[in-house]
Formats: sequence, C-alpha cells, structure tokens
Amino acid sequence: MKHLTEYRDPHLVEQYATEIRHLATRPWNIMEVCGGQTHSLVKNGILQLLPPEVNMVHGPGCPVCVTPLHMIDKAIWLAEQPNMILCSFGDMLRVPGSRKSLLEAKAAGADVRILYSPLEAVKVAKDNPNKEVVFFAVGFETTAPANGMSVLHAHQLGVKNYSILTSHVLVPPAIEAVMNDPEARINAFLAAGHVCTIMGIDEYFPIAEQYKIPIVVTGFEPVDLLQGILMAVRQLEKGEHRVENQYSRVVRPGGNPAARNIIDRAFQVTDREWRGIGTIPMSGWELNDDLSGYDANRKFNVPQEKAPESTECIAGQVLKGIKKPFDCPQFGKKCTPSNPLGAPMVSSEGACAAYYYMRFEN
Amino acid sequence: MCLAIPGKIITMLSDADPAFRSGKVSFGGINREVNLSLVPDAKVGDYVLVHVGAAISQIDEDEAQITLDYLRQIGELEELE
Ligand code: SF4
Repeated sequence: MKHLTEYRDPHLVEQYATEIRHLATRPWNIMEVCGGQTHSLVKNGILQLLPPEVNMVHGPGCPVCVTPLHMIDKAIWLAEQPNMILCSFGDMLRVPGSRKSLLEAKAAGADVRILYSPLEAVKVAKDNPNKEVVFFAVGFETTAPANGMSVLHAHQLGVKNYSILTSHVLVPPAIEAVMNDPEARINAFLAAGHVCTIMGIDEYFPIAEQYKIPIVVTGFEPVDLLQGILMAVRQLEKGEHRVENQYSRVVRPGGNPAARNIIDRAFQVTDREWRGIGTIPMSGWELNDDLSGYDANRKFNVPQEKAPESTECIAGQVLKGIKKPFDCPQFGKKCTPSNPLGAPMVSSEGACAAYYYMRFEN
Repeated sequence: MCLAIPGKIITMLSDADPAFRSGKVSFGGINREVNLSLVPDAKVGDYVLVHVGAAISQIDEDEAQITLDYLRQIGELEELE
C-alpha cells in the first residue's frame, strides 16, 4: 500500500541502521515522546538495529498511560448512572480504576460502547434521544480536533444529550517536565509527528534553545524513525541543537490551521494531572466555558474523589525515562497485559506492554 | 489509539456544510467514511492521513519523495563538504 510499504523497505531500513552505527561515537539518550513510536520501534525490531551508543528512552506520550486513576473512576461512575451510554476508545476499557475497569462495569450491565471515532458518538446521541451519551475524550493534540469537533457538531445539530469527559494532555509541557527532572538525562527528542501535524513545530524552537537539545519531528514507520534518529545523532555528534522536521510529507511548519481553529473554539488550556507524574501546569485542555453544557464533569456533578495509586507500579519513572520496564520488579510477574497493575501495561502504546511483547511474544 | 494511517480518497460524500465535509477513504482496499473538513483542499485521488475518523493532513507527494531520497542527498552533501 502506498505510503506504507515504501517506508517499511527492509533495504532502506538496513542502510539507515548502518549509517547510524557509522555516525554514533558517544553514548546518547534519545527520547521518543510518543507511545505510537515506542510501539513501532519495538514491533519493527528497530531497537535491536541500533548501536549500543544509541539508547532509546520511551517517553510519556501514551494517552491511556497518563490518564489519571480518578479520571478512570469518573468514567466508570458516569457509565453506572441510569439512562447513560458511555462511549470510549477501545484501549481505555481495560485500564484498571481504583475499584474496577470500564470493562468490568460493562460486564456488570453498564452500557459501555467502544467507538472508533468521537464523531460516531454524536450519532449515538442522536439515535438515543432519551438517553445521555458521554464520550471519554482522552488524547494528545492529535486527537483534540476530532474530540472538539464532536462537541461543535452536537452544538450545531442541537444534540443536547451529548457531552464529553475531557482528559486532554499536551506534549511541550511534558518535554519540559522531563527536562526539568534531574534524574532524567535526555540528550535529544523525537517529537511526535502526528501531534505536530495539528500544532506545527513553532512551540519546539524555544524548548530546543532553552535546554540546548536537538528536537526532530518524526513519523512512525521504520524508515521515518531511523531517519529521525539519524538526524538527532548527526546533530548530537556535531554539538548542534536545532528543530528539524523529518515528517515533512505530513507536517507543515504551521500545523493544520483548520484543526487549530476547531481546538481554539472548543478548548482552553488548564493544569492537568498526569498519571504517575503528577500535575504539570498548563499541560492540558478542557472545554471552553461557553461549551460547559457539553462537559460531562460539570453537567453531571461527577464526584471529585482522588484514589491513591498502586505503590508497586513504577510507571512514573518509566514514563519519564528514568527506568526501563525491565527494571520494574512486577514486570511479567504480577503485571502482565492480561492482568495489568499499571496503565503502561494496558495500552499497546505503553512502554511496559511493548517490552512485554518484545520479551515474551517475539 | 494515536494511530493515524494514510488512505486514498475515493469519493466525496457531502460538502454542503464545510464542518461535515466527508468522503470515502480507501485503506489498502478497506473503505471507511472519513470527515474531511480539516483538509479543505483534498480531492478524490489524494492521500490523507486519518486519525479517529477525521483526516488531519493531506500527504505532500513531493515531500514524500524527498524523505525517501534523504540518505542519497546527505551522502552527496557530505561528499561536497
Ligand atoms: S511493569 Fe506494570 S507495574 Fe511495572 S511499571 Fe509497568 S505497568 Fe507499572
């Protein structure tokens, strides 16, 4: 298939790997922020192609992994209200909340539906006028336009029984949180190509300058990832720190203006708690005040209780790249994809699940 | 969940209201209805990147070629240096 096969060409992949081996003379820690990239690096065996000098560190960019426990509890609370249809992306269902998961709530009779798109949830609301429909709107900048668009569509169509439970997070504040952590020693970042597709690359220039780190906007296929790593290593070896765009076939410097317009109409910036990391100021989006009627949190007066995190799970250190999943004493023992202790073991984009796949199923 | 995949627009469905502009997109032979309001210039035959039901970018064919030629380019540049 066009635009996939070309970027998976084994010959080209090998050429890139050779070039990286040739270039890297010193140890470098390169963080890919995005869980989709973590998944692709592991699934395509790219980590094994890299020389020992290049250490890929897996960042906090998995929305399933960073959605706080109390948000999962809120979604479950909503799902269990009478006359309620709770819609969600599939990978949120198995994430353990403090008492149960959405999947367990569904098994006990709650109307929980897996949807591919928030736009379908508006249709569910239209088709079920006597019920309330809530979409569990998690995600990074990439997912925000579709989630915001669902609210704007509902507003335009006069669909009043639709709302979203928002837990949106942003990449640049997460990069800064990682750089400000004295334990995390990252030399360069691969920025998430699909996030930049929406937002553009401008917000990374001040970060590259402040922390003197190369930031390479990178795609998701094997050739993309190796090319991004090569660009980062070239800069590191030369002592440079620039923002480069490897993924120019998809990412325009200014992002997608139509998508950014939707985001501006739907959302405002807010402080956000990241599971395992804590609250990062101005690191997320919530619905704009004039759309508060579509904010499930405000509409249904959801209880704001906070539950303590599991003490056995070291997800916070994994998400900041301080520890690898293999370093976790529970990895593959008490914690497996079928019985996850923490969120990074649930999502296929989570570092723990990716490593589990690499060790036990490859 | 963050997956975004390239597909080819095969038909336009409606564009009476720009917010609801949609079309059928083929992903290696599997067709899906996709919201196209964020790629206002995309037309039948173009490749778009689709994420959770909405196209978020039109793929630039010239840039795609440049990416594939990157190794050769840097090889040439290094020889010139
Ligand atoms: S292996 Fe399981 S318990 Fe350990 S950090 Fe990962 S998710 Fe948490």
